[in-house]
Amino acid sequence: MMNHKEAFEVLEPGILTTIQDGGRFGYSQFGVPPSGALDYFSYRVANLLVNNLENEACLETMIMGLKLRSLGDFTIAITGADLTVLLNGEPINMWRTYLLKRGDTIFFKKLHTGCRAYISVSGGLAVPKIMGSYSTYLSGRFGGLEGRSLRRGDILYRFNRSYYLNSLYLKFPENWIPQFNKEVELRVILGPQDDHFTKDGLKTFLSSIYEVTPQSDRMGIRLRGPIIERRPEVEESIISEGLLPGAIQIPGDGNPIIILNEVVTGGYTKIASVIFVDLGKVAQVKPGDSIRFRAVSVEEAHLLLKEQEDCLNSFKMKSTNL
Amino acid sequence: MTLYREAIFKLMGDRGLLVEFGDDINPEINEKVRRMNLAIKEKSIDGVIETIPTYRSLLIVYNPLILPLDQLKKKIRNIEKTLQEIRLPEPRLIRIPVLYGGVYGPDLEFVAKFHKITPEEVIHLHCSRSYLIYMIGFIPGFPYMGELPEILNTPRLKTPRLTVPKGSVAIAQRQTGIYPIESPGGWQIIGRTPVELFDSYKEPPSLLQMGDMVQFYPITEIEFKDWIKKRNDESQRGI
Repeated sequence: MMNHKEAFEVLEPGILTTIQDGGRFGYSQFGVPPSGALDYFSYRVANLLVNNLENEACLETMIMGLKLRSLGDFTIAITGADLTVLLNGEPINMWRTYLLKRGDTIFFKKLHTGCRAYISVSGGLAVPKIMGSYSTYLSGRFGGLEGRSLRRGDILYRFNRSYYLNSLYLKFPENWIPQFNKEVELRVILGPQDDHFTKDGLKTFLSSIYEVTPQSDRMGIRLRGPIIERRPEVEESIISEGLLPGAIQIPGDGNPIIILNEVVTGGYTKIASVIFVDLGKVAQVKPGDSIRFRAVSVEEAHLLLKEQEDCLNSFKMKSTNL
Repeated sequence: MTLYREAIFKLMGDRGLLVEFGDDINPEINEKVRRMNLAIKEKSIDGVIETIPTYRSLLIVYNPLILPLDQLKKKIRNIEKTLQEIRLPEPRLIRIPVLYGGVYGPDLEFVAKFHKITPEEVIHLHCSRSYLIYMIGFIPGFPYMGELPEILNTPRLKTPRLTVPKGSVAIAQRQTGIYPIESPGGWQIIGRTPVELFDSYKEPPSLLQMGDMVQFYPITEIEFKDWIKKRNDESQRGI
């Protein structure tokens, strides 16, 4: 491959490692979900740290076990969950740039906080674009590396692009690094079917603690907790409609499911949706963690989004002016 | 059936605007969804990331930093006024061969017994009319089609199957659908088609599109196997 260079050999694939970008858009009308990095903020910062365009392909890995060997000299950055990263056996800091040398190994030893980490490489990982995106869609079996998660022995390539600067060392400001806790508050906007639940049901939803169950994957996070009361006169299911990551479905058994990136339509009622800036927190919960929901207005959500965007933009400005 | 005089706006989080045109599964309501979807695509509005058209609503995914919500709503209201001027493409009629019953359609017998008719009558009824594709959703390329003759109105399985084979043709209530890839599923499976419905390398990737019409016809096991063989030969030759 002419414009590609070898990046990594996968020594151990870990629990689940996939290639992801910012998502696949424009194909929902054919039943194709967005896929893409679940913690979009951490993913974007990972790319910015190695001077990539924001939409380059990165690795998303979860919990522990991923081990990579570098097949060249290039810069990388690791963001997201703290999975105790070792470079040649020594602990290293995340949220900054590193220059890898040929033969270096990176190992994600064990989960410390959060759930999912992102590894960017300068130039971006090189895989074919399917429907405009590098992202792996696991249940559809396409995108990323042959539509699947990484396996031992896989060789990963990177684009050999001229616009990045290998020598540049960047650090993401400490106070902007998100903290991932075992107790999470998620801000939500009620609807579109909040009127299918009783006043008490809504109160239950907004005042209870829900536990993350092991039945969670890139399609959704399944929760367990107090049953949310429905209005008896409305049906449990609705006519199938479009879905977005963060939508909170309440199926027949009353236990909420937070929809993630591998779902496109559904026929369950949705009591609320997690706001965009809090989706990263959803990506970082793991079984046993607890979740509380707090309702906010759409205006407040848009202000929060603006704040986050300003923060990323000021970091971009700083990094290009170095 | 209620077709709303004016579309109803609902929020799905801070990036989704759900535009509802009616409260039922109905061709007239669905046509409005298709018109709105096409109009938005043709206008290519800055800040609209994605549109998800379904039975009776269109979910618009937008970036509020580029396109504020009140502006998006205004634009949608304006388009709504001229919706009848939008020209929809002529619907295509696509004929889909199906091998009914046996291991390919494990629920055919149940469906027949449920309605106190013979399996042959179920097949005959399923092939007796063409169906409108209301939407593609759930999994890549899965067409939601209707309406089945009232006599075939069958409930979903009580417990969904963990895996439904690729190509399975199924019914639920007055809808019929096809599983283009292997997937979990709760519909009654009455047959299987050898036709490839989804190919991620093709543009568009889905053989069927919202607004098209589908007509099923029965084939024999020999014809089914011939079809699969031909399909495999073609994919090996890279066609």
